[in-house]
Amino acid sequence: MKLTLAGVSHHKAPIELRERVALDLDACGALAERLEGDAVVLSTCNRTEVYLVQDEYAEALAVRTLTELAGDRGDDLGAALYRLRDEAAALHLFRVAAGLDSLVPGEGEILGQVRSAYEAGWPGPFLDKLFRQALHAGRQVRLETAINESPASVPSAAAALAQQVFDDLTGRRVLVLGAGKMSEATARNLVSRGADIAVVANRTLANGEELARRLGAQAVDLDAVEQELGRADVVVSATSASGHVLAKDAVAAALRARKGRPLLLLDLAVPRDLDPAINELDGCFLYDVDDLEAVVAETLSGRRSEAARAERLVAEEADRFREWQAALDVVPTIASLRALAEEIRDSELARAGGRLSEKERRHVESVTSQILAKLLHLPTIRMKEAAAAADGVVYADVVRHLFGLGEEERRR
Amino acid sequence: MAEFLVVPVLLAYGEAAFAYAGELRGPGLAGRLATWGVRLGWLAQTVLLVGQGLSADGFPWGTWAGALNLFVWLVVGAYLIWGCTPRFRLLGLTVMPLAAVLLALAWAGGGTAFDEGDRSGVALALHAVLMLGGFAGLTLAAGMAALYLWQERRLKRHERRVLRVRMPPLDALDRLAARTVLGALAVLTLGIGVGAASFERGDFDAAMAVTLLILATYATLLVMRYEGWRGRRAALLNLTGFALVAVVLPLTHFAG
Repeated sequence: MKLTLAGVSHHKAPIELRERVALDLDACGALAERLEGDAVVLSTCNRTEVYLVQDEYAEALAVRTLTELAGDRGDDLGAALYRLRDEAAALHLFRVAAGLDSLVPGEGEILGQVRSAYEAGWPGPFLDKLFRQALHAGRQVRLETAINESPASVPSAAAALAQQVFDDLTGRRVLVLGAGKMSEATARNLVSRGADIAVVANRTLANGEELARRLGAQAVDLDAVEQELGRADVVVSATSASGHVLAKDAVAAALRARKGRPLLLLDLAVPRDLDPAINELDGCFLYDVDDLEAVVAETLSGRRSEAARAERLVAEEADRFREWQAALDVVPTIASLRALAEEIRDSELARAGGRLSEKERRHVESVTSQILAKLLHLPTIRMKEAAAAADGVVYADVVRHLFGLGEEERRR
Repeated sequence: MAEFLVVPVLLAYGEAAFAYAGELRGPGLAGRLATWGVRLGWLAQTVLLVGQGLSADGFPWGTWAGALNLFVWLVVGAYLIWGCTPRFRLLGLTVMPLAAVLLALAWAGGGTAFDEGDRSGVALALHAVLMLGGFAGLTLAAGMAALYLWQERRLKRHERRVLRVRMPPLDALDRLAARTVLGALAVLTLGIGVGAASFERGDFDAAMAVTLLILATYATLLVMRYEGWRGRRAALLNLTGFALVAVVLPLTHFAG
């Protein structure tokens, strides 16, 4: 049995091609079932991969499956398709689970996607072990490195900054200026960390109301913003206004009502919505898009340095998997050897059974069982070690020859 | 005998101080090493204090150096309660260098030796422990205030590394410093009460005046919070109070 992986990913396949082979979770499960074997299909926005453990035709089957998915773009798939086997395939999956193969190193979503694919798939014992170990590798990397601790986008950096000011964002009121995509993405990031979007203010009230409805907030006209400032903890601004929407004096006036509570203002607009002089006010922290992008660039460089540590952890995990896989070559021999020993013991006990009392029989059974366990312990360990060092098949053949394992079956 | 315990404590606290500095460059391993330095050092110092307590007939920390030894133990112990959590780890950057330096001073002054101690009685011992406990709390609160000002400066200046090297959040530092001051003031007031009730009344001296000034400063800090004196202003007032504790009080106390 060989592990085979065929897939396309963001490294070589453009989005037009990836979207042709992208599948939702149910479709992944159905496809894995249709492949009739040890099969898991992983499909995310960055990749679609088929993992198979079958005979020598597995690779062709996996490639054919992806080509069929691509439909009339199947011919374009060839250059973007990658095929990996055994150790290389296992290492690839471990890297994927750890987020090392992602566009943003260490992104957190992929681990859940690998888990979902595993749960939806049809893994046999081999893929079961492989995916469980991949999930373990992913968790270890996130636990032992800081690869996913830093934000990788402007909206997530904005939310992380809010946590640096306010700690827990639960119940913190957010005032959103503008109803565009940037405002919404940042607001959603804040909501995911517990903040409440209290008010959405927009020049065109209808657009503001639409966003407010989606965020569960109240919509107001942009002119009413100054009244809301006193109650807000975070201001997210991304309007298309040509001048400043908020001046220093207006914020200074609102601060008096805040009784020393800090105010974080995130200006994501170009040209800027908020007067830069606001940052001079005591208790006010104003970040514009350049400041946030600089923070993101710095955290991404941190992620890359952590990625080197993560690669080492993943390589260690892949080594362990290789040892386990290699040990599979000798497992049947070990099982046969133990079965033979057990068979001899049983037959000898049966022959001596009539001459022994019940108490003596139990004692002899216990002693012979211990002798067998001790006698076979070292050969078992040595065979597994040899398997890990690629000599496993040779050792297995020698043991089979020495003990005549399988000869009985052959004679029959 | 004492040296066998003091040296490891100093090494552990010193290691923690350096490791916290390392944590600033790259979070992770350095922070964990620092935390273990604090834990092991504090355990060793506990053994030292227990040894001093068992070998002495009276109160073994009655001298300035002995008091400094006990004070360091209280500060590090209070820090250990929550300071070693990853979120507040960098507070150690303000606490551990101070702890290492003060313990070295205590050692140089003979405050870590096993001797007979002061036979001034239980009331003095209780008074000293409560006062030192109160000052230890105020020291921690000052550490938080210093960290607050540092973090505020980083946020104001839009430092690029603000999310890579994470300080405790501003609001958490502000709240925790206020709570620590409240607890420390309660202990300090109790200590003053025990002292006033137990000792013979003498003239109102400079040390007493400064102690009351300290109480008033910190009480002002707590009251003014309700008037909006939070954040930067509260941190500055906190550090002013600590300057009285760390600079003025020792001068007036020992001059008296």
